[in-house]
Amino acid sequence: MTTATSKPTVDSEVTGKDKWLRAYRQMVRIRLFEEQVNELYTRALMPGLAHLYSGEEAVAVGICEALHIDDYITSTHRGHGHCLAKGASPDRMFAELLGKEAGYCRGKGGSMHIADPATGNLGANAIVGGSVGIATGAAFAAKRLGNGRVAVCFFGEGALGQGSLYEVMNLAQLWKLPVIYVCENNLYNEYTHYTETTAGTILGRAEAFGIEAASVDGQDVRAVNEVAVRLVKRARAGEGPAFLQADTYRYSGHHVGDINREYYRSKQEEQHWKTERDPIKLSANWLLGQGQADAAILEQIAAEARTEMEAAVKFAVAAPYPSVDQVEQDVYA
Amino acid sequence: MPERELTFAQAVREALAEEMRRDSRVCIFGEDVAEAGTPFKVLSGLVEEFGAERVLDTPISEAGFTGVGVGAAMTGLRPVVDIMFGDFLTLTMDQMVNQAAKAHYMSGGHWRVPMVMRTTLGATRRSAAQHSQSLHAWFSHVPGLKVVLPSTPYDAKGLLKTAIRDENPVVFFEDKMMYKLKGPVPAEDYTIPLGVADVKRKGDDITLVATSSMVQVALGAANMLEKEGISAEVVDPRTTWPLDEKTIVASAKKTSRVIVIDEGYGRYGVTAELAAVIAEGAFYDLDAPVKRMGAMHVPIPFSPPLEDVTVPTEETVTAAARQLCNKT
Repeated sequence: MTTATSKPTVDSEVTGKDKWLRAYRQMVRIRLFEEQVNELYTRALMPGLAHLYSGEEAVAVGICEALHIDDYITSTHRGHGHCLAKGASPDRMFAELLGKEAGYCRGKGGSMHIADPATGNLGANAIVGGSVGIATGAAFAAKRLGNGRVAVCFFGEGALGQGSLYEVMNLAQLWKLPVIYVCENNLYNEYTHYTETTAGTILGRAEAFGIEAASVDGQDVRAVNEVAVRLVKRARAGEGPAFLQADTYRYSGHHVGDINREYYRSKQEEQHWKTERDPIKLSANWLLGQGQADAAILEQIAAEARTEMEAAVKFAVAAPYPSVDQVEQDVYA
Repeated sequence: MPERELTFAQAVREALAEEMRRDSRVCIFGEDVAEAGTPFKVLSGLVEEFGAERVLDTPISEAGFTGVGVGAAMTGLRPVVDIMFGDFLTLTMDQMVNQAAKAHYMSGGHWRVPMVMRTTLGATRRSAAQHSQSLHAWFSHVPGLKVVLPSTPYDAKGLLKTAIRDENPVVFFEDKMMYKLKGPVPAEDYTIPLGVADVKRKGDDITLVATSSMVQVALGAANMLEKEGISAEVVDPRTTWPLDEKTIVASAKKTSRVIVIDEGYGRYGVTAELAAVIAEGAFYDLDAPVKRMGAMHVPIPFSPPLEDVTVPTEETVTAAARQLCNKT
């Protein structure tokens, strides 16, 4: 067992030109996707609510860039970033958010339940901690079937309050399962600072089971990716589960309707993260500083992503709703 | 050659062993399922034949290993998850109700959860309130789950094999008081479809619709009633979902009097649902209101004289039938 805060090595910086541009592009796509989601909400085009991932992009991208397409993920109510980073297509995601038949779940799941076998996405989950068993079970199946896959279980620090997390961590370590528990610590359990709900340390929970535990700056996509590559490699090699604490920040409220937030966090705090700790700005500065990109390339990436998202929204808005006779389909396989 | 007889427990074990030989994806996990073979010894011998990779002892973590079952089922295995006492189902509820039952529908039909949860029900084992409940109504209430209640060794084997081959999460309830019940069980492979009731005994004057061990109670009551000149038909739905409404309603129409008997709590329970199905389907053919008999609305008490009155018995069913047929 080791506990370490990972920093990118010189090696990965030298060899990673296309890799980091691709990661940058993925983060920009997620950010612009979420901006469109907020727009759909404020224009009353989206039924219900959504939980935005803006600010946390480096975690999903850093992790998923270390995975194969057939590796598994489980996601959360704040799951758009995980789904996109794992390869989901924005048009079918927007269609799902709008309850359209063209959506990933044919309109039956919505924002909190996007699932896609083609990209190994076992599903976003609206029960906090609800997917920890599913991810661990997928790792159990991968080991039993010997197919070399790993499972990544994304959850927020709010899930640290759920007992089932510790049940499956215990099992995963006993059975040496290829599962990586990624705790996205965005500081807030809904509207409550995590220090009010979390005794002891986060990593101490994993260490108690003898699980490989690490923490990482969740705003630094290269740092996240580097530790992810290491943990995925050891999981694939049969060395068992790992736990990663990624420290990050949620720019928006708990959901799109959580506008007045001063009672639980200050505007100064939000501003600090947005100006000083933004994962996309940090990545851009690094790419520019290393000479791996110039401003024109980065602007082109943003423009392409914006065009992609606008077209995806247009597709979803125009797409038809499912016919009412589908309501009883797919209750049973 | 006389028919081969097995106990209920042996029939369950034979179904599991046959399915594990047939399909390498089938695996079992739960508390004390391997060398111990469960406290009821239902699984004895399986770890020896199939190995510790397919028959796995878990920590005492029902929510955790049920969730592992859901994920494993979604990704290529066919797990049989063992919940030792039905009372411990409370600990699995999020995994069963919010995860297993909904994964297929919520994903627009893309993911499947071909998983079986085997567990127990039934009182009168002197085990008190936390080891005696029959909680199958809870699962019958939830869309996306199937619920199986075998009443004989023959049904146990055939229904369990079907449950394992089903593409959906199936909860399989075994009355622990029936594990030693003997009955004919063919040695060959056979399956019984889910959603097909079985008329366990034909009769003309009254229908006894009963589930699980209450089928045995109903058959005993039917024998007693026969001596009094009352011909009772015993209908066993075998699964509460899918439910064979047609067979139940047809029997109700034929006899015009019905008692529904189930060991779950009567209030808002399986008996209420069955009575409603009969009322909706056979109202104009009934000569008396449908009578419900379930567990009393009390936590199961420990003291034997108290516990014994909480569940239907051959005597109480016989008395109720007599009253319904105006032969008191």
